[in-house]
Amino acid sequence: MGNTTMSLSPGGRADDTAGRLTVAKTYKLYVGGAFPRSESARSYPVTDAKGRLLAHASLASRKDVRDAVSAARSAFPGWSGATAYNRGQVLYRVAEMLQSRHEAFVDDVVAAEGASRRKAAGIVDAAIDRWVWYAGWTDKIVSVLGSVNPVAGPYVNWSTPEPTGVVGVLAPQSSSLLGLVDVLAPVLAVGATAVVVTSEARPLPAIGLAEVLATSDVPGGVVNVLTGRTAELAPWLAAHAEVQGLDLAGAPEELAASLERAAAGTVKRVLPRPAAEADHSRVPGTARLRAWSEIKTVWHPVGR
Amino acid sequence: MEPWTYAPARESAAVANLQPSYRPFVDGTFVDGGGEPLKTLNPATEEVLAEVGTASESDVDRAVAAARRAYEKTWGPMPGAERAKYLFRIARVVAERSRELAVLETLDNGKPIRESRDVDVPTAAAHLFHHAGWADKLAHAGFGADPRPLGVVGGVIPWNFPLLMAVWKIAPALAAGNTIVLKPAETTPLTALVLAEIAAEAGLPAGVLNVLPGAGDIGQALVGHDGLDKVAFTGSTDVGKEIQRRLAGTGRHLTLELGGKAANIVYDDAALDQAVEGVVEGIFFNQGHVCCAGSRLLVQESIADEFEELLHARIATLRVGDPLDKNTDVGAINSRAQLDRIVDLAAAGDAEGAQRWTSPCPLPEKGLFFPPTVFSGVEQTMRVAREEIFGPVLSVLTFPTPDEAVAKANNTPYGLSAGLWTDKGAKAMWTAQRVRAGVVWTNTFNRFDPTSPFGGYGESGFGREGGRIGLGAYLDA
Amino acid sequence: MTTTVPAPGSAPGALADVARDEVSLRRFLHGLPGVDQVGLERRSAGLATRSIKAGSKMRAIDMAVSMIDLTTLEGSDTPGKVRSLCAQAMRPDPDYPDVPAVAAVCVYADLAGVAVERLGGSGVGVAAVATAFPSGRASLPVKLADTALAVEAGASEIDMVIDRGAFLSGRYGQVFDEIVAVKQACGTAHLKVILETGELAGYDDVRRASWLALLAGADVIKTSTGKISPAATLPVVALMLLAVRDWHRATGERRGVKAAGGIRSAKDAIKHLVAVNEVAGPEWLTPELFRFGASSLLNDLLRQRRTQLEGHYSGASYIGAG
Repeated sequence: MGNTTMSLSPGGRADDTAGRLTVAKTYKLYVGGAFPRSESARSYPVTDAKGRLLAHASLASRKDVRDAVSAARSAFPGWSGATAYNRGQVLYRVAEMLQSRHEAFVDDVVAAEGASRRKAAGIVDAAIDRWVWYAGWTDKIVSVLGSVNPVAGPYVNWSTPEPTGVVGVLAPQSSSLLGLVDVLAPVLAVGATAVVVTSEARPLPAIGLAEVLATSDVPGGVVNVLTGRTAELAPWLAAHAEVQGLDLAGAPEELAASLERAAAGTVKRVLPRPAAEADHSRVPGTARLRAWSEIKTVWHPVGR
Repeated sequence: MEPWTYAPARESAAVANLQPSYRPFVDGTFVDGGGEPLKTLNPATEEVLAEVGTASESDVDRAVAAARRAYEKTWGPMPGAERAKYLFRIARVVAERSRELAVLETLDNGKPIRESRDVDVPTAAAHLFHHAGWADKLAHAGFGADPRPLGVVGGVIPWNFPLLMAVWKIAPALAAGNTIVLKPAETTPLTALVLAEIAAEAGLPAGVLNVLPGAGDIGQALVGHDGLDKVAFTGSTDVGKEIQRRLAGTGRHLTLELGGKAANIVYDDAALDQAVEGVVEGIFFNQGHVCCAGSRLLVQESIADEFEELLHARIATLRVGDPLDKNTDVGAINSRAQLDRIVDLAAAGDAEGAQRWTSPCPLPEKGLFFPPTVFSGVEQTMRVAREEIFGPVLSVLTFPTPDEAVAKANNTPYGLSAGLWTDKGAKAMWTAQRVRAGVVWTNTFNRFDPTSPFGGYGESGFGREGGRIGLGAYLDA
Repeated sequence: MTTTVPAPGSAPGALADVARDEVSLRRFLHGLPGVDQVGLERRSAGLATRSIKAGSKMRAIDMAVSMIDLTTLEGSDTPGKVRSLCAQAMRPDPDYPDVPAVAAVCVYADLAGVAVERLGGSGVGVAAVATAFPSGRASLPVKLADTALAVEAGASEIDMVIDRGAFLSGRYGQVFDEIVAVKQACGTAHLKVILETGELAGYDDVRRASWLALLAGADVIKTSTGKISPAATLPVVALMLLAVRDWHRATGERRGVKAAGGIRSAKDAIKHLVAVNEVAGPEWLTPELFRFGASSLLNDLLRQRRTQLEGHYSGASYIGAG
């Protein structure tokens, strides 16, 4: 980045006027409920759609992946063990917090995606609504995917979905907020925990979202957000033995197959990279909820 | 007085209607495969049962092309209600020819006739019958108003339940409107080929079902074939990983049903005698050649000695021998290679300091047999506690508290099944919720039903077979 | 019947203290491992699939004959009927003298004398039902008098019923004390204790009642009176066999089991023998430790035996019994 006349005005929204210098935000990672810098102490410049510098984001390393997975793993028993009602309330709280920071996110999306304010506002609205949608799913998915099975014998037999564990998410590269919510919220809704690698070029809305999550009763470690080079981080995530699921929504095309191969090493559940980035404005079906659910079937005899 | 012994009660081998040779089934007819014929053995005697023609890679091409044509021209466009009737018809004939299929399965596989007669064949018929009814009700399965089939399915199955595993692939695939190319295991191809004959006699349109006997190379050629839309594999975790790698980046659908190292947790408040039965059934059913076998007994320390005493006494009553004898409980090991593996892993148990107990039961003088074996004093770090033995070998570990039972049960990369035994309902539910396994048998073990989804967590694979959820694995949902 | 004669109400070793009072008796009985109905019935169904052929079937038939308590327990029983029963008991199939005699003839106490007289020194025992059989609804003195009547008439075995009402209402001590008292009244006669399992609350109760009877000194635990249904079922018998197996593990003593009521065919009887063999162990395959209480079973055994020997199916009219 050769721009030496940096304004360091996050989101491009504040001007240094009237002799007062705006306080610029430092963008860090979100791991285990805290906001650390990369253990590598590296960062990379993030520009807006027109190439103007917005900020420096942390350039996460494989060790940050390791720490994030570890945090997600530690958070899994608590989050997966929480009641579905509780998870629904927490996800709804995320929507509330996002709503209260609506304008800030509009600024972030405008800066990241070069959208008009009007379009960005629609994106933020949709992102909020997507959290609400998934908040409502937490206590329904078990009924919808589960079943009582009429086995031919003196047994009661039922199947229920359970969260698969830690899901590695490569967030969509272009839709920096709505696309992220689209892939992250279903992980949380089923009770899994996430390690997200954000859009590489548009990471700042994700950090904004991390700040919302940190203040929304989402327990630390349930969501971990890494910014940096997708191609550098993804292979570590794909091969990590404590990651059960891998969403390749934002995987670089040239890496997608090798990431799937790496995932096979521990038989991960993989959502493959789509040929083109999904239209995130469409209300999704249950595919992602199903992807991160394991169906458990329990048998019990019936007798006196 | 001399002891009462049971005279041999041998099922007639002639019932199997064994043919001198069998051939691949492609596009509605039995054809000469381009591969080297193989000889399938009776593992109880190591004698040749029949010569079986195998597929070549070009046969795989032909079968996949036939399946594609059938998918596009006949089976895909056919109304679900009509598809259903074909499957119902096949289910009925499997039931009608159940004795023949059971004897043939026992001859080819080595499993006791009691099991092929009472479990494998009836469960296969039930699986076909259950899925037949789905064919015209897919819109009600919860995957949208008009769920579409995936297309052409490639199925690769193992040797432990040859007919049942074939049906587990074929029934949902066909019910959902797909066509299928199936490769049975190299050592157990016969019942799948008789099933093809049944399908042909039932008038199933050409190309809907194709059966390609062969070795691993044909399996590889099939799963890697560009003409498939989905691969369904049951077998070892190592091969499953290879297939997942092979399909990486292709966008083809995949379900894997792989290995396991199931824990069978016995709490001190269990119905002990029934727990003994369940542990015995859990590990010695089908000679332990079961991916969901309860190969790790976790018994609460306070009852460990008594439980092991009862267990040994019960195991000693198991009758090992001629699989065709209706009184045989434990039959032959399916192949010499598998027997060698069991012997090796058991030796590792000795070497690592576990205490081996072997059933005093007599073994046949010839054929591939391994006596029921229990290792006590097993620790989590030992190979007999970590690796899938796939044989009649039980490893016994102890635990002091429920928390530790669950921790030990979950201390494995696998997660196919688990058992637990307690008379306390709340503790059963507590444990069932915490074990990471796709099937949890509480106060029972090794029960199967077409309506009940089966499949694992973690390295035991993904996707389920059976039930509504299993059906979804054959729909574009 | 057993080789060891337990003293009434005094269990050996670690069990000695169990019945010292109502509380400890209850605690012990309720501390026994539970019984899972589905698992027990599944095990029994598995045993029933054993295919007993050829020589092993002949052997089983003869064993079963030798284990029969040939029974008539009707209000219409007459001395004549009892005498003809005794004749068949001693020589079940006159055409085949190698058929063993049955274990005993089982009658009401008032007819025990007739049976004793007819059976003489044949070695066939005389079992008498007592204690206000089959309901057991009488006072203890009446039950003891009933028992004494049978013993005085020469019965070598007494089949008593437990007070199911007392058992179901949790008065275990009362049931225990009654068994102890009857055992005392038996003198040298062996005591079979009928649990009437069809009236108990389930398999857990069968296990508790079995232990209660064993603790109180029963030589044999017996399923049923034969007067209510279900009577002897394979799961119940298997469970009682587990009880005597466990008693043996705990004390070193072997006690017996009698399956009574509902076993009418040779096929059924053989299933039970398989259960004896595989659940309790081959040591129990003797008339001292396993009995069938039956009336029509003997005829089917003899018919099947002839079929085995003669190579064609036999008929009821060829066997001299009613």
